[in-house]
Amino acid sequence: MLAFILRRILQSLVVMLVVALVSFALFRYVGDPISTMMGQEATIADREALRERLGLNDPFIVQFFDFVSRAVQGDFGISYRLQQPVMELILSRLPATLELALVSGVLAFVFGVGFGVYTALNRRGWLSTTIMSVSLIGVSLPTFLIGVLLIWLFAVELQWLPSFGRGEVVDLGSWWSTGFLTPSGRASLILPAITLGLYQMTLIMRLVRAEMLEVLRTDYIKFARARGLSNRAIHFGHALKNTMVPVITITGLQLGAIIAFAIITETVFQWPGVGALFINSVRFVDVPVMAAYLMLIAVIFVVINLIVDLLYYAVDPRLRVERAGAGH
Amino acid sequence: MTAISFRTGLGGALRMASVSALALGLGLAAASAETIRWARVGDALTLDPHSQNEGPTHTLAHHIYETLVGRATDGSLTPRLAVEWGIHPDDSTVWVFTLRDGVTFHDGSALTAEDVVFSLNRARGETSDMKGLHAGVVDVTAPDAMTVHIKTEGPAPLYVQNLTNTFIMSKAWAEANDALTAQDFAAGEENFAVRNANGTGPYTLVERDPEVRTVLQVFEGHWDDAPQVTEIIYTPIAEAATRVAALLSGEVDIVQDVPVQDIARLEQTDGLKVEFGPENRTIFFAYDMGSEDLLTASVDGNPFANPLVREAMHMAVDRDAIRQVVMRGQSLPTGVTMPPFVNGWTEELDAYSAPDIERAQALMAEAGYADGFSVDLHTPNDRYLNDEAISQALVGMLARIGINVNLVSQTRSMHFPLIQNRETDFYLLGWGVPTFDSQYVFDFLVHSTEGARGGWNGSRYSNPEVDALIQAMAVETDLDARDAMIADVWAQLQEDRVFLPIHNQTLAYAMREGINLAVHPENQPAMSDVTFD
Repeated sequence: MLAFILRRILQSLVVMLVVALVSFALFRYVGDPISTMMGQEATIADREALRERLGLNDPFIVQFFDFVSRAVQGDFGISYRLQQPVMELILSRLPATLELALVSGVLAFVFGVGFGVYTALNRRGWLSTTIMSVSLIGVSLPTFLIGVLLIWLFAVELQWLPSFGRGEVVDLGSWWSTGFLTPSGRASLILPAITLGLYQMTLIMRLVRAEMLEVLRTDYIKFARARGLSNRAIHFGHALKNTMVPVITITGLQLGAIIAFAIITETVFQWPGVGALFINSVRFVDVPVMAAYLMLIAVIFVVINLIVDLLYYAVDPRLRVERAGAGH
Repeated sequence: MTAISFRTGLGGALRMASVSALALGLGLAAASAETIRWARVGDALTLDPHSQNEGPTHTLAHHIYETLVGRATDGSLTPRLAVEWGIHPDDSTVWVFTLRDGVTFHDGSALTAEDVVFSLNRARGETSDMKGLHAGVVDVTAPDAMTVHIKTEGPAPLYVQNLTNTFIMSKAWAEANDALTAQDFAAGEENFAVRNANGTGPYTLVERDPEVRTVLQVFEGHWDDAPQVTEIIYTPIAEAATRVAALLSGEVDIVQDVPVQDIARLEQTDGLKVEFGPENRTIFFAYDMGSEDLLTASVDGNPFANPLVREAMHMAVDRDAIRQVVMRGQSLPTGVTMPPFVNGWTEELDAYSAPDIERAQALMAEAGYADGFSVDLHTPNDRYLNDEAISQALVGMLARIGINVNLVSQTRSMHFPLIQNRETDFYLLGWGVPTFDSQYVFDFLVHSTEGARGGWNGSRYSNPEVDALIQAMAVETDLDARDAMIADVWAQLQEDRVFLPIHNQTLAYAMREGINLAVHPENQPAMSDVTFD
């Protein structure tokens, strides 16, 4: 088990280096940071001086090694755009993104599994048909449009919920700020969480439904019925439990996707998270922030994959047996 | 450990707004506290007043810091921290400024000439982004506590026009907080002035959360009459649809960057109104008329070097159609690359002729391009109002005279380096004139590329006579003689068809009914100018 974790961590380091290299190579095609950092009156000599001072004239390999050696020490430099240390900037935006991702992830999982089980058990019911057709919207409409529609309906027409921002936040400790503890903070979470989670919910629901239908056809379910077990025990004790392995994998990977691709939702709702920070940084060619953000996303995916692997151990006894067998 | 500190949020703002609405109803508007919730597309990049020479950054800074001279909405100069200014009677290379009495910083210390000397030197520093505007300055001195002398290399009759965005800081405050120079991006740490401020302006900084919200409170010790707005809550909202929704739902009071397509809808909404005004910015096309060969043309040689081709392109452009179709009426078509605010502008220069396709086709044939040619056109798609759509319209218009334009549309950070590095044959550019004088246009767009001049001359226009006139007008102190030089240069540029001007941009601010705020030509509205009905 320990060897397994250590091996995964070593692999992760290689992944991180490759991500850093690829993203660094891509930054050359995003644009010239100097043109956005200086006003239109700057002379050619002034531009050249700034370029030299930032080390942008150095060869690619030198810039890359400079970045890696400083990143290892946790130093990602100063944002070209907001002039703050990049680490501090990202950490101050991270709570907003994580809270949003958590709420939409939980919403997607709870409703996804619930609807999935319901539609699998009541395949011909009118409610199932409705849920299935409405869920098509979740997969087919772009996130941007869903967000704008929700704002138009709940913020402009009904005026129930705020259209932008995080509302009132409370600082917990030195760097975590939470929106959970105030009424306006909770109200502000609802629309972005639905927008971000809708696609994932649909995905989980359809996955659970398909897996359930598959399991319900198997022999051991028939035997369970023959043994006279209650419907409840069969559906939840036997059927649902056996559908959970692929569902956990997908949910875990989707949680990474929710954090990484919250960019559109955060932009639509002016949600002050790392996704909105990233998109603004791309527009400004803020290389230090872009580099640090991509590294952060790589770390998140690596950690989530590790947790998912460990969860398999807990859910699927066969894996434990095989590993134990291999040890002898 | 749980340290809990509450930040006033939307709820608090709404409560305050309803309290003030109540006060308004009781006829106590002038005496009561008034909060303005103000949204625009992007935030100020920094509070450091010399670190970014950029519109939204200056706009916020004008509320906290002050400049020696201000700019009125008609473009004229107004006294601010300086009450009098002029060229020294005995030395035409020295500007003399007399400071206002009784000005204090937000920390209570008094403004002296030493603070002004310090600030101007800081703005000229290596890491400052304002240094380009003060390139000709040799020395700044304070002969007494209320007078400042600025010495320039040669006579600089228009130097005072460069001071409208150069803010004055407290020397003692900068020393105490180690903010003696503007942020150095290569340094490892953040400058104190990036998120803290101590100015002399009408508002003090209460809260600063970059890109989330900035709260300003009226400064009781300000030298001028107290403004009606006592609190400003400034929120950037990047997405156009969300910005408009926030105004419709009553979550903000003023929206500065209104999308052209939403103007009609907002005007028809009860309780909202839209204010319009011309911006000090001209949108135009320029082409490489100086090189031997073009980079992307389908023919040998440089067709843009041929005056007949340039004339034909001018005849093919339908500016009124662009105004009607692309801009939905929100632009002022023009025949010259300079907005009406600028010294040197005349109605004759501004006039433009209706398109004449037959004549243009004849000119193309005469120039030897009867079969036309193809060329790339570079356009930004996120910098000016409908910039990409304007370029698309031009593509259709030029196709009618046989010029097949391949449109290359990209983000601003990709587009502008092409012009600066001379890697484009044909491009769209919008040029604002912060000094309100033609010299600024000539220096950057017209003069041959030499030293500090010609940085944006992507036309590669090079005319020794014009260059000589531009250099001469920079040091000419006789303003009538200078105006004559400006007129001569414009006449030559119009004859040579150096630019293909399209229109002057107009701005629209949308706001709650009952708020009065005029559009500022440099898009720098001051909330201290807001009045309530």
